[in-house]
Amino acid sequence: MIDTLVVPLLKIAVLLNGVLISVTFLVLMERKVIAWAQSRLGPMRVGPYGILQALADPIKLILKEDITPARADRWVFTLAPIMSLVPALVVFAVLPFGFDDFYYISNINVGLLFIVAVTSIGVYGIILGGWASNSKYPLLSSLRASAQLISYEIAVTITLVSVILTSGTLNLVGIVEAQRDGGVWFGFIQPVAFMLVFIGGLAETNRVPFDLPEAETELTGGFHTEYSGMRFSLFFLAEYANIIVISAVVAIMFLGGWLAPFPNVSVFDFLEIIPGWIWLIGKMFVVLYVFIWLRATLPRYRYDQLMNLGWKVLIPIALANLMVTGIVKVVL
Amino acid sequence: MTLETPRAATTASAVNSDELVLNMGPQHPSTHGVLRVVLRLDGERVVHADCVIGYIHRGVEKLCENRDWTQIILITDRMDYVAAASSNLGYCEAVEKLMQVEVPRRARYIRTALAELQRIASHCLWLGTHAMDIGAMTVLLYAFRERELVLDLFEEFCGARLTYNSMRVGGVPLDIPSGWDKRVLAFCDLMEPKLDEYEQLLTNNRIWLQRTRDIGVISGEEATAIGLCGPPLRGSGVSRDLRKDEPNAAYEEFDFEIPLGTKGDIYDRYLIRMEEFKQSIRIIRQAIEGLPEGPFMGKVPRLIKPPAGETYHAVESPKGELGYFLVSDGRSTNPYRFRVRPPSFCNLQALSRLVEGHLVADVVALIGTIDIVLGEVDR
Repeated sequence: MIDTLVVPLLKIAVLLNGVLISVTFLVLMERKVIAWAQSRLGPMRVGPYGILQALADPIKLILKEDITPARADRWVFTLAPIMSLVPALVVFAVLPFGFDDFYYISNINVGLLFIVAVTSIGVYGIILGGWASNSKYPLLSSLRASAQLISYEIAVTITLVSVILTSGTLNLVGIVEAQRDGGVWFGFIQPVAFMLVFIGGLAETNRVPFDLPEAETELTGGFHTEYSGMRFSLFFLAEYANIIVISAVVAIMFLGGWLAPFPNVSVFDFLEIIPGWIWLIGKMFVVLYVFIWLRATLPRYRYDQLMNLGWKVLIPIALANLMVTGIVKVVL
Repeated sequence: MTLETPRAATTASAVNSDELVLNMGPQHPSTHGVLRVVLRLDGERVVHADCVIGYIHRGVEKLCENRDWTQIILITDRMDYVAAASSNLGYCEAVEKLMQVEVPRRARYIRTALAELQRIASHCLWLGTHAMDIGAMTVLLYAFRERELVLDLFEEFCGARLTYNSMRVGGVPLDIPSGWDKRVLAFCDLMEPKLDEYEQLLTNNRIWLQRTRDIGVISGEEATAIGLCGPPLRGSGVSRDLRKDEPNAAYEEFDFEIPLGTKGDIYDRYLIRMEEFKQSIRIIRQAIEGLPEGPFMGKVPRLIKPPAGETYHAVESPKGELGYFLVSDGRSTNPYRFRVRPPSFCNLQALSRLVEGHLVADVVALIGTIDIVLGEVDR
């Protein structure tokens, strides 16, 4: 009873709160890093160096009036933000933060497949939200979102297959163990796959340079044009939770998860003292920082160029990578 | 521009086709003010675009006909409010032409320096907003950082940061403050490396190239036929710059080049403006270093009353050819007729032609590339 119900529930509670709080601080981090990139200070007013801005933002969003447009489809309009947030949070159930079962909620054998399946549900929230708003900009945005999803999911999924070939398992814990046993992170064995999954992750979370569904300067905010208050902030939470998921997946699959770097060099043995989950979170931060860095640097792709990139560049590369991986696997 | 009423356009297409009519503006982050573009879309492809203007029409021309000749300078500030000094320059020179007033050489040098500083400020604003429209947000902050320095220089010269009222008929109202020339030169030294910073972010960026190359291509003949002026015209390879062709202020005494494009796409227009930054810095350096001694105000009666007659005078503002047509009846202290040829308005005429066949994302890029200020379009 305690093992099957109470402990998992406690873990879920801790993880959910952890994710939601880290989302608010991720927003703060994004604002700060972009501000530094742009030679500004960023938020400075709330608390020392603006640290409490992370609390002020959600409080403001919760207190704002929540408007439903008169001609919107009320039920779908309310359902859409929930549909985009829930999958983003569900994925955390299978993310392992360490070896033993204290560090994950559930360790399923098809962990990677589960992540691919669940994260792609999230886009329905965007599509439905754009449709239910009964407004033209959100509609265009939801069309873009679906086109984008199709172009990228395929490339990313094919790429994941080559990683699975390398590790021999779909289990996330198994993938990290394979990296430990091999003595080298998959990011070095599969650099092409690493880049493809990273680019695909950018596209899947609607980040610059693939932020077409939001495209503030084109579509005035895209699918969340008509949203306000708490429902808007659910979309917001979903987007950032997804970013955290992608960074965790990238860190686990390509950067050795909770493994300390340089396992074979005895000089660096002291690195093992640091617990694994801190290593994982540190690696996630590196990935998150790159996400934010790109946002401060790059312009936005156009919708047709993005499709070109997905279908004509990424998918062929992913297939070639898969073939090479397969051949190498057979030969060795 | 074919001006169907937007309402009629909406009904016609709603009944007859599957096209989506999208109202872009007047409240939209990328229409640079209150421009409204009625787009007929097939998917995301633009079939037809109509510009609807007039949302900040203030009747500047009629207003000016009821003010005396000096008060008008103030109103010209409010047309192209991001390039007020160029508007001042055009108007003051037009009145001087009407009155046959000799402007002292020192005043002409100061005016040239101001106009070129203004060009840098205006181009900074263009670069920032244009890049922002295409999604590169950092460039906006970088460009505004340098624009702020130009505004500081203007503030020091005339006390204002946006609407300067910085020139008078016959010269400039004040001599330069002490040390101002050094600070302008210091700004020039500072600006040049900053330009490389902008170019690093954009010029060879693959995404930027993909978003700007071969978009909104317009040939030289067509550009001339539409009446384009300024950087959009030069982007199509037509060499027309009033600073060279009909030199005003002190431009004929300075050494500078007019950059020309070849293809006439967004990227060419971008490169031209980036080069204009450098040429402006060159002109400012020459003007400040060679600043002659002497009076800064010509002999002008206190009450300006030009002789009866009419004149047209145009200057190269940052946006293009800014012309003033003035008629004086010789009796009253206000113009009989005051008419402006605003470059933004004329360049905007090309928009519906440029966007046809492109995607929604290109519309905002094209609005950015023609560099309009709605205050000047509507007046």
